[in-house]
Amino acid sequence: MRFFATIFVALRALRRNKLRSILTALGIIIGVGAVIAMVSIGDGAQARIEDQIASLGQNIILVYAGSVNAGGARSGYGGAGTLTIGDADAMKAEVRDVIAVSPEIRGNSQVLANGLNWATRILGESEDYLAIRQWPLAEGGMFTDQDVRGNGKVCVIGRTIENNLFPDGDPVGKTIRLRNLPFKVVGVLAAKGFSLQGVDQDDMVLIPYTSAMKRFSRQSYLPYINVQAAAADRMPAAEEEIAELLRDRHHITQGREDDFTVRDQQEIADAANATNRAMTFLLGSVAGVSLLVGGIGIMNIMLVSVTERTREIGIRMAVGAHGSDIRLQFLIEAVVLSLMGGILGILLGVGLAQFLSQIEHMPTLISTVAIGAAFVFSGAVGIGFGYYPASKAAQLDPIEALRYE
Amino acid sequence: MSPVVQLDQIHKVYDSGEVQVHAVRGVSIEIQQGDFVALMGASGSGKSTLMNLLGCLDRPTRGRYLLDGTDVSHLDRNELADIRNKKLGFVFQGFNLLARTTALENVELPMMYGKRRISREQMRERALHCLSIVGLANRADHFPSQLSGGQQQRAAIARGLVNAPQVLLADEPTGNLDSKTSVEVMGVFQKLNDEGITIVMVTHELDVARYCKRNLILRDGELVNDVRIADRLIAEVELGRLREAEAAAKLTG
Repeated sequence: MRFFATIFVALRALRRNKLRSILTALGIIIGVGAVIAMVSIGDGAQARIEDQIASLGQNIILVYAGSVNAGGARSGYGGAGTLTIGDADAMKAEVRDVIAVSPEIRGNSQVLANGLNWATRILGESEDYLAIRQWPLAEGGMFTDQDVRGNGKVCVIGRTIENNLFPDGDPVGKTIRLRNLPFKVVGVLAAKGFSLQGVDQDDMVLIPYTSAMKRFSRQSYLPYINVQAAAADRMPAAEEEIAELLRDRHHITQGREDDFTVRDQQEIADAANATNRAMTFLLGSVAGVSLLVGGIGIMNIMLVSVTERTREIGIRMAVGAHGSDIRLQFLIEAVVLSLMGGILGILLGVGLAQFLSQIEHMPTLISTVAIGAAFVFSGAVGIGFGYYPASKAAQLDPIEALRYE
Repeated sequence: MSPVVQLDQIHKVYDSGEVQVHAVRGVSIEIQQGDFVALMGASGSGKSTLMNLLGCLDRPTRGRYLLDGTDVSHLDRNELADIRNKKLGFVFQGFNLLARTTALENVELPMMYGKRRISREQMRERALHCLSIVGLANRADHFPSQLSGGQQQRAAIARGLVNAPQVLLADEPTGNLDSKTSVEVMGVFQKLNDEGITIVMVTHELDVARYCKRNLILRDGELVNDVRIADRLIAEVELGRLREAEAAAKLTG
C-alpha cells in the first residue's frame, strides 16, 4: 500500500479515539516534558557555573614558590623565597605562549577614608592583572607599568570598598590610607559578586606589587605569579616551558626536586565536568525510565486496538492487503502516537522552562540537542514498542479475523 | 473456452490435535465465464470451507484449484493476497464495511492494495462508477451507519467490483436482509451477471437460490447435486409483484 495513504489511515484511526490517543501519549508527553525542563534548568545552572569559572580568568597558570621546611614545620605553597621579579620578567619575555604576567602579593589591612574604616584584603599585582582576570573597570583606569616600576602609591578598589568608604560615590581621584600611607584611587572595579567558595571578590584593594613588597611583605621574593597563556590548547606547552625556564634560572639539575609548582584551573574544570557528567547521567536515567513507561503504555493500547479492529484487519486482508501492509499501518499509528507525545512533551518542557525562568528567575537554557534527542527517541520508542502489536496484527489469519465478533 | 474456476478433487482436512475433520472430500467443479452459481448445503456441509478455498483465503489439503488458468493451490500468503486483490471480489453476510469510513472510501479500499499505481482521481472515478452501477452514487459520502442494510450490501458489492474481478464471491449476501431488500440485492447480482460477471454465492435459502442459474448442493463435504435452474426468478418481476401486493394491501386495508 502507498506509504502516504497508510499515514492518512493511521491518523484517522487516532483521530477517532482522540481522548484515548492523548491519554496514551501522556506518558511520553510528561516524560519528555520533564526531561526538557530539567535539561534546560541543568544547562542554565551549568552556564552560570561556567561563567563563574571563566570569571576567574582565561587560561590562567599559577606559579607558586615551593614550600619551606623550617625545623619540621612545613610552610604552604609560596613559603620558600624562590621566585623573583626577574623570574616573572623572564617568563613574560622568554616563554612564547605567555601573554601576561602578574606577580601577586597578598596581605590584609585596615583602610581609611572619609573618617570611615574597613578591614580588607590587599592584593599587589601588575598592570596586567585585570586583563588576566577578565575584569572590567566600572570607573577610572588601571594603574600603569610606570606606577609599578616606581612603587606608585595608587590603587584600584573593589565595589565593596567604595560602598563602605565612599557612601556618596565618586571615589576616583580621592585618597585612601593604607597603614598610614596615602594611596590615590585611580579606578573602581566592576562588581563581580561572591566566588564559588563564598568569598566577596569585590572586597579588596589592588595596588602595584612593587608597592606591596615594599610596604607590606617587606621581602624581595614573590610567593605567587599569575601567568596568562595565549590559548587554552597552548597551556600544557606553556606550563612545560615555564617549568624549564625556572629550573634553568634556579640551577635545578636533573633529578632534583623543583623549588616551585606550576598549576592551572584544570582541577576546577574537572570538578565542573564531573558534576556535569553526573547530571547528564541522572537526566538520561529519568528520560530512559519515562520513555520506557510511555512506551509500555503505547504497546498496551496498540494491543487493545489490534484486538478491537480484528475485523477491519480481516477485511483489509480479504481485499488484498499483505501482512506487511497491516504491520506498516499499525507501526505508523504507534510512531505517530509517540512522536505526537514527543512534540507535545517538548512544547510542555519549553513552556515549563520559560515559566521557571520568568516566575522563579531560575537560569534556564533551552537545549536544541535535548529537543532533537527527545524527538528521535520518542520516535524510536514508537517503533520499538509498536512493533510487537503490529506484527501480531500482520500475522492474523484472514478467515479467523473476518469471523471475529 | 476454459472455465474461470476449475476445482479438481479438492480435499480440506482440519487437523485440530487428535481429531481430524475432513471438511471437503474430493470436490470437482467447473464454472464457466458468465455463470451464476448458488452453493447450498446445511450447516456443516462444508460450503463455508469450500467458499474460503474458492476465495483464496485458504489452501486445499489435496487437489488442484485453477483460477482463470492459474494454479493457486500452493501459493503463499502474499501471493494469495495478490490473487484476491486482482481476480476476486468479496461480498459478506455482515457487509463488513469499515465503520466511520464513507461508502466511497470503502469502495476505494481494494485499489489501495493493488500492484498497479492508480492516481487519487482515478481511484475516486472508478469507485464512483461502481457505486453508480449498484445505484448508490448519491450516497457516496455517507458513512455505513447512515445507510440501510440493503444500501450497505450494495456498497459492499461495489467494493467487490472495483478491481474488475474474474469472479464475484458472495457469502450469504442476503442473510441479514429482509425479504424485499433481499430481492433488490439479488436484482443487483442479476444485473451484474447479465453484463457478464461470474458470480458464486453461498446461501441456504432455496428461494434466493432460484435467482441463480445453477445450484450446487453439498452434503458432508461432497457434491451431491449440480442442477441448472430452468425457471429462474427474475428480480424485477418479483419486485413488481411485491409492489402490487403492497399497494393492494393498502387499498383493501
